[in-house]
Amino acid sequence: MSLAIETFLETSPVDKAAVDAFVAAHEFPLVEGSRVTFVYRGEADSVLLQHWIYGLESARPFKRVEGTNLWHLVVEIPEGSRVEYKFVVERGQRRELIRDPLNPHLAHDPYGSNSVAAGEGYERPDWTLPDPEARPGSLERRLIRSEALGEVRPIQVYVPARFRSTRRYPLLVVHDGADYLRFSSLQTVLDNLIHRLEIPPLVVALTTSTNRLYEYADDERHARFVVDELLPLMTSAYPLVDKAEARALMGASFGAVAALSTAWRHQGVFGNLLLQSGSFAFTDIGQNKRGPLFEPVVEFVNALRKAPGRPADKLFVSCGVYESLIYENRSLVPLLQHAGMAVRFVESRDGHNWENWRDRLREGLSWLFPGPLWMVYE
Amino acid sequence: MPAVSTIPTVTLLGPQRLQPTVREAVAAAHVEGCLATITAGWEEREDEDQELSEHLVDCENLRLFQRGERVFAKDPELFDAVRGRYDALREIQELYRIRLTAMLDAVRALFARNARLPSPRIQPEIVDALKAVAALDEQHEQRVRDVQQAFEDRWKLAQRESVAKEREEITSIVRRHGGVAVAGGHVLVLLNRMRLFDLAPLLRERPVIAWSAGAMVLTDRVVLFHDSPPQGRGYAEVLEPGLSLVPGVVVLPHARRRLLLDDGQRVQLLARRFHPGRCVALDEHSGVVWDGDELHPQPGTRRLHVDGRVAAMEAP
Repeated sequence: MSLAIETFLETSPVDKAAVDAFVAAHEFPLVEGSRVTFVYRGEADSVLLQHWIYGLESARPFKRVEGTNLWHLVVEIPEGSRVEYKFVVERGQRRELIRDPLNPHLAHDPYGSNSVAAGEGYERPDWTLPDPEARPGSLERRLIRSEALGEVRPIQVYVPARFRSTRRYPLLVVHDGADYLRFSSLQTVLDNLIHRLEIPPLVVALTTSTNRLYEYADDERHARFVVDELLPLMTSAYPLVDKAEARALMGASFGAVAALSTAWRHQGVFGNLLLQSGSFAFTDIGQNKRGPLFEPVVEFVNALRKAPGRPADKLFVSCGVYESLIYENRSLVPLLQHAGMAVRFVESRDGHNWENWRDRLREGLSWLFPGPLWMVYE
Repeated sequence: MPAVSTIPTVTLLGPQRLQPTVREAVAAAHVEGCLATITAGWEEREDEDQELSEHLVDCENLRLFQRGERVFAKDPELFDAVRGRYDALREIQELYRIRLTAMLDAVRALFARNARLPSPRIQPEIVDALKAVAALDEQHEQRVRDVQQAFEDRWKLAQRESVAKEREEITSIVRRHGGVAVAGGHVLVLLNRMRLFDLAPLLRERPVIAWSAGAMVLTDRVVLFHDSPPQGRGYAEVLEPGLSLVPGVVVLPHARRRLLLDDGQRVQLLARRFHPGRCVALDEHSGVVWDGDELHPQPGTRRLHVDGRVAAMEAP
């Protein structure tokens, strides 16, 4: 089957009017089966597609349609994929990294935003969007004077709708909680999953670090903060189920390292872990090649690989196949399983980003904390 | 709608939280006087019935959940026995689920093959495979019945002081009221409380209006269902026999949300498995009225058919 761009290029003449009509007639990027056409219009010396798909050349050049300012590039993107990207536009000495002007779909993160190409079959899950039928939970702000960290740390606490002080709730501790709220729609996801009975009502502690790359890299002070300061505060302030099986730690990237290393250092405290795209770098031989920030992570993961112990009973581990970390995450799973832990591992056709982590929350949370879905018909 | 009769009607409705129709249903059921309400499915929220009271003026909550808690606090021996029965039933359910999953996998595989490589030899296999599933459902239901009967024989609830006193009060309250409303919630908690206090004979005496889980417990068989749960394959399961006030029907509250009604194969599987029971989708503004003889659908109420269609239910 010919692609729309191929058919268009066969028409003659390919002039400004024809380009205008072609661009107006389609949404971009143009998804046709597994082939996705990216288009840029403008004067430039070269245009490149900058994406974050590990394994593919990261900057791929567009072709210019002769006599016009139309640039195009066709890329194979497998079904169900979600890809974040930007365009690199070069004019003389000037090199600009821009979002796709023809694509309104953006994904945000702490560094800004990217354009998003959804491969055929990918749809944003409906449980990530506000549901007027779902009763909203609330967010409370608290401060913890942390001796371990030597400072006062703000946290937010998600309290589920219809909270009752006479009831006992499971506890979820989320690293980079503010980012999960902002970029992964965590509050909406919690409201919806609780409303749909897919998870029970939970109390969620959302932590934030001012120095995450150091603090999350197996820093014993962070583990002490979570176990000896945050947990007692939460236990005294909220009615929580006082059992490891009703507690979970969650995090993404370095946040996943923090969750795992905290649970490993304090075994038996948290029964569940939700680890997304963990930066679980390790070495079998030779030096770590990911840079100095990873040194303590590598040391931790190497130690864990030697003596895994039992950091938790149930782990949900997810990673995008377009991330370089897929190798490390795949390697971790059998290790944990052989050590007797129940591990659910999910791969997605996505990258190292907050929307990938958002899209896996339903499967992860409902596995760790199954709700009364089958029994309740309100 | 059924003609006015001396036999009390049982009205089964869809969810009431967002678009309540219970007031109209009460009026149509010709309830004389006030209603006794059962909200035990809401468990510790049983008392939070203010919204319900707005629709059902002058109702009185039977507080079956609280009464149950009181009985168990007073009678720890019975509490232990109930817990033991619960554990036994849970194990039976798990074992049933193992067999059921394998059998329904087989049915789905046959359906898939029929779609891919149609052959006249497949339909008889599907028929027999579904018969085997139906037989398993019946075996499971009988096992549950046996456990419940053994429990009843051993503990003779009617003669236990802790239970008898509550039953007496409940009977007196229900008889002071013109009808009973049963709300939804946790279907097993609701069913267990209604069994503990032997509500079924009382409910036969007067009009009953029930919705969601409340509707499920009044049928012959409580079927748990969800086509797209976050975990597992989403195969419907028989939980227990119900209180059998309304025979020959499997009610499916929140069908719009819980079932893939556009998936003809799944619809067919559910409808054929429980045939000749009628699978009724109980969504908002849906309902059926049992007049002791026939099932009368409210306008717009849909039924799942054995050919995979979901269509408006026809009046008898």
